[in-house]
Amino acid sequence: MTEFLSAFAWIFDPAHSIGPGGIPARVTEHVWYSLMTILIAAAIAIPIGVAIGHTGRGRSVAVQISGALRALPTLGLVILLALLMSLGLVPPTIALVVLAIPPILAGAYSALESVNRATIDAARAVGMTQWQVLFKVELPLGLPLIMGGLRSAALQVIATWTVAGILPVGGLGRYLIDGLSVKDYAQMLAGSVLVVALALVVDALFAVVQKLTVPRGVSAGRQAGEIVKTPSRRNRATLSINS
Amino acid sequence: MFARRVARIAVATIAAGALAALAGCSSGNPLENSSTSSSSSTTVTVGSAAFPENEIIAEIYAQALQANGVTVKKSLNIGQRKVYLAALKDGSIDVIPEYSGNLLQNYDAQSTAKSSDDVYAALNDALPKGFEVLDQSKAEDKDSYNVTKDFSQKNNVTSLADLKGLGMPLTVAGNPELDSRPYGIPGLKSVYGVEATLLPISDSGGPLTVKALLDGSAQLADIFTTSPAIKANDFVTLKDPESMIVAQNVVPLINSKKATDTVKKVLNTVSAALTTDDLIALNTEVNGDAKVQPKQAAKDWLAEKKLF
Repeated sequence: MTEFLSAFAWIFDPAHSIGPGGIPARVTEHVWYSLMTILIAAAIAIPIGVAIGHTGRGRSVAVQISGALRALPTLGLVILLALLMSLGLVPPTIALVVLAIPPILAGAYSALESVNRATIDAARAVGMTQWQVLFKVELPLGLPLIMGGLRSAALQVIATWTVAGILPVGGLGRYLIDGLSVKDYAQMLAGSVLVVALALVVDALFAVVQKLTVPRGVSAGRQAGEIVKTPSRRNRATLSINS
Repeated sequence: MFARRVARIAVATIAAGALAALAGCSSGNPLENSSTSSSSSTTVTVGSAAFPENEIIAEIYAQALQANGVTVKKSLNIGQRKVYLAALKDGSIDVIPEYSGNLLQNYDAQSTAKSSDDVYAALNDALPKGFEVLDQSKAEDKDSYNVTKDFSQKNNVTSLADLKGLGMPLTVAGNPELDSRPYGIPGLKSVYGVEATLLPISDSGGPLTVKALLDGSAQLADIFTTSPAIKANDFVTLKDPESMIVAQNVVPLINSKKATDTVKKVLNTVSAALTTDDLIALNTEVNGDAKVQPKQAAKDWLAEKKLF
């Protein structure tokens, strides 16, 4: 308990709230690094995942590759890439993108797979093109699951950017690595608390976004008791008139 | 079909890896005794800290003692200082290779002794009753500031004292603790009047630190004096005329009860022969591509020095 008190004392020490090594600066760096990582990973993984989910092809390859990526130890990758490339931000960013791709990819293809086949068939039947099916049916219906993939990737990325602190980069990992080197456990615990707090905030934001991305029709259906009823004959008639 | 074969190969690989790990455990077991003789009072147990260099020196001690008719047991790879000092106190080990400066800091954190002789003198006073150190060797494993040969020649720098007035921003690559340690950034300022900033790299003077120096991210790098990287890259180790960095001579720390005349004589002969260059060579053999076992490296060294 005293350790936690000293960690909070460390966090609220005014000396630690200013300058390039201060908490606001480190949190900003950490958010920036994580955001950049997630954006790059999403730009790679979402199109691939969507393509797999839409066509139903290449799933097993994607599962195996992303499974293999998951098994790569990030710390080892950071060091290896730093030795091969440079000591800047690029190596840890690549390593963290590798970490973030599997959950985003899995979220994207399972999002599209989760869409009811009957719905897609119906969309085709009314004459939608492939792209219309993708953008007007599959993506809106799958969006909550895609966001779910991003959410779990974001948490992993925020937590794991700390290991990049073994290199001369900023972020909250500095408190952990620098604290460890001089056995300043209050500083290390403070760093951990900040990472946890940041992760919780980001997770809460994603929870909200995830809820907002549920299409109105789907959420309305859920509110009506989570039961998907077969439309009555009259409703079917109405549907066909409307479309 | 393909997936199944991949899975099978993966299982085999993991199993092989696990076996190798287990085998590694058994040979590195700190409780393992290399000699089966019963522990009579004349048996000397040699311990070592859990890093290769220390293990090599411990092997040298053990083999040298054995060659002189002392019954030796080995208990190598015992964690860090706190753990093995406790082992020395409770008699589970009797002698261990130590580093003078760090050992002194452990018993007397306030000590201001820096040079080899001062540290050694202070150490004899600071050690608790029942422990003693034998002669110290010239071999030292301590922090050192290194520059590239190019930098050294261009700026005419061979000593930390030459850095003052270079008129350029200096960056030091090294472990994060350098930012606060008296031999780090604060020491450069107070002892040598040099303003420097730290490029924190947590690999204790390993390949990333070396890379920072080579690619110009830093002008100075903190690398241990026994690291093969210094010679391999033609780095120039800057002299420390003010003894800002505490001496770390290799010295046998022994339980006084076991410090018989034979043991003293043997270990003092070893210490007299051991140099920093020897440690670099031994570290290169064990950690480099050759991957020589510490036991074999120690044997080769004793043969090379024609000891015993």
